[in-house]
Amino acid sequence: GPDPLITEKQPWAQELGAGVDETPYGLPIKYESDVVRRNVEWLTADPISSINFTPIHALDGTITPQGCAFERHHSGAIELRKEDYRLMINGLVDKPLIFTYDDLERFPRENHVYFCECAANTGMEWAGAQLNGAQFTHGMVHNMEYTGVTLRTLLEEAGLDTAGDLKDKWVYVEGADASSNGRSIPMEKALDDCLVAFKANGEALRMEHGYPVRLVVPGWEGNMWVKWLRRIEVTDHAVESREETSKYTDTLEDGTSRKWTWAMDAKSVITSPSPQMPIKHGKGPLVITGLAWTGRGAITRVDVSKDGGKTWETARLAKPGEKMALTRFYLDTTWDGEEMLLQSRAMDDTGYVQPTKAQLREVRGENSIYHNNCIQTWWVNKDGEAENVEVS
Amino acid sequence: EKFGLGREALPEEIAAWNVDIAPDGTGLPAGSGDAFTGEEVFAEACAICHGDFAEGRDNWPKLAGGEGTLADKDPLKTVGSYWPYLSTVWDYVNRSMPFGNAQSLTADEVYAITAYILYSNDLVDDDFVLSNENFMDVELPNAEGFIIDDRAETEYPIFNVACMSDCKESVEITMRAAVLDVTPEDEGTEAEEVAQTETEAPAAEEVAAAEPAEEAPAMAALDMELVAAGEKVFKKCKSCHTVGEGAKNKTGPGLNMIVGAPVGAVDGFKYSKPMKAAAEAGQTWTEEELAAFFAAPRKYMKGTKMSFNGLKKEADIAAVIEFLKNNGN
Repeated sequence: GPDPLITEKQPWAQELGAGVDETPYGLPIKYESDVVRRNVEWLTADPISSINFTPIHALDGTITPQGCAFERHHSGAIELRKEDYRLMINGLVDKPLIFTYDDLERFPRENHVYFCECAANTGMEWAGAQLNGAQFTHGMVHNMEYTGVTLRTLLEEAGLDTAGDLKDKWVYVEGADASSNGRSIPMEKALDDCLVAFKANGEALRMEHGYPVRLVVPGWEGNMWVKWLRRIEVTDHAVESREETSKYTDTLEDGTSRKWTWAMDAKSVITSPSPQMPIKHGKGPLVITGLAWTGRGAITRVDVSKDGGKTWETARLAKPGEKMALTRFYLDTTWDGEEMLLQSRAMDDTGYVQPTKAQLREVRGENSIYHNNCIQTWWVNKDGEAENVEVS
Repeated sequence: EKFGLGREALPEEIAAWNVDIAPDGTGLPAGSGDAFTGEEVFAEACAICHGDFAEGRDNWPKLAGGEGTLADKDPLKTVGSYWPYLSTVWDYVNRSMPFGNAQSLTADEVYAITAYILYSNDLVDDDFVLSNENFMDVELPNAEGFIIDDRAETEYPIFNVACMSDCKESVEITMRAAVLDVTPEDEGTEAEEVAQTETEAPAAEEVAAAEPAEEAPAMAALDMELVAAGEKVFKKCKSCHTVGEGAKNKTGPGLNMIVGAPVGAVDGFKYSKPMKAAAEAGQTWTEEELAAFFAAPRKYMKGTKMSFNGLKKEADIAAVIEFLKNNGN
């Protein structure tokens, strides 16, 4: 019969809606209230030193809104005013300098879109399929447009003649919060593409992302993107801080561990259908979509398999892959209503092909946690529901 | 090109912030501490999370044990079994610990704690004295256990094949996440349901609002400025305590309705012996008692698990109590 939503007058077509001053800074409409960051409580001892996950299953395109971009802090997100912000550059520089926030805004600015992925993303899946949802298995990633000053500009302002040969030099970067998270970055990377950022997606950084200033280290693990950046020290050694020795190192089968595994290798995941995004429309046209990224260049191709990796077809990239940024892919297909074992596989411009979990375990053994960029499998049943599984 | 922006950093400023310690000991201040003293400092400042013997509590990091487990299934990574450099321990304890009260330890205390962590890993005797002089004599067992990222040799040459068809003969599901069932419940849906119930049932809302009003006359009107000041003070407490909506027991008990409550009565919290004794004696957390407790927790109650030094300013104590009344009562 006729649809009453059309044949009957609806209240929204007769009554008045909200005025312009209802929410001076808007939030999503209430019907989207399930599109939020989520925490996995059992993961950490305390929500202050913890992580939550981007709802990648429910987003499309590539830009992550700041309000739902994953958070990871080691001593909580602090409230630091721009007026109280100071940035120090010291160590092997010609003249140690102090910048205020206002000083930073007077240097030439650049804009770049980059993904930030925690090295532990998908880490819980290393031992086997654990969490039912792309948000939980792959949600420690976000992708934003950053505005800031290049780290090179600031280092050159302090002068690098004193440092001599730059090949074996480092910068140690440190945050202002109680965790004083610090990481050592080789000078080559520091001078290449690192950004001292103060805006994301056009607006000030959110508190949870390091307001007023954070470091952006394109393509490299998120822990190096120091938030509330307060100090940059030029050194002739890696500091070997807690975060680059006891954490963010990868233990291999024989008990030795890799360190300085900074780059995030090519990776992809199907965001829909997925456990939080079942197929509700029955058989017929189906859009399979997901995200791909690589910390070593740009995504060139993404393939999708519906049969657990026996056969593959190449997906359509929404836009050509951009360096160190998320790429959206689509497979516009038809669902026959039968079970599927959905997988995606990313390739980048170095020729790298995203490996299976078995391939990774073959090289690294069972105890590596970080840098798990394996191919993910979703088992879709005849009702369109999806589950996280591992396949042979 | 120079822009002439910023100003020269003063030596005192560099000294205040440039405190990181290099693996070769560069940056270590003069000082010393022995494992025996370290045990006492550790018990006060660290044991609430890391355990009396550095064995770790709940999900907090274990700092001792695990030697020889790195090649096992689920290795135990501690300072003794995993960390390559002692400088990292000193640096991290000095700058980032204790959790919630960072940078509060003296150099001697940090030497003592570091010595105790070595002792708890059976790496030194209990009379061992660690100082800036002998620091580099200590070598951690896993110092040689690290290699520099070798993915370019071990992985990139083989992760380069993209088979398109007939890639494998058969596919079996070998593991299912639903079997483990560790995925958090979707709270989003629940929140929506609650919101709906509220709008559809205004009567229930009125009843809920009326209930606290009955108790209200007993409580003097709150000074909201003081409440706001108390919220800032409460940051010192947040690493162990929660208050307000959804408050629950963490390292310390949840603090809803704590002002005026009987001592040691928060459901499900494991209290220390003296706290249990006070509960049995029928003591009450009046504002006066809370003030005395907050001023000097371990003096007020010898043996309490609360490893907090206390609030020195009376104004802070008054403010945090007002905050607790506003948010929990």
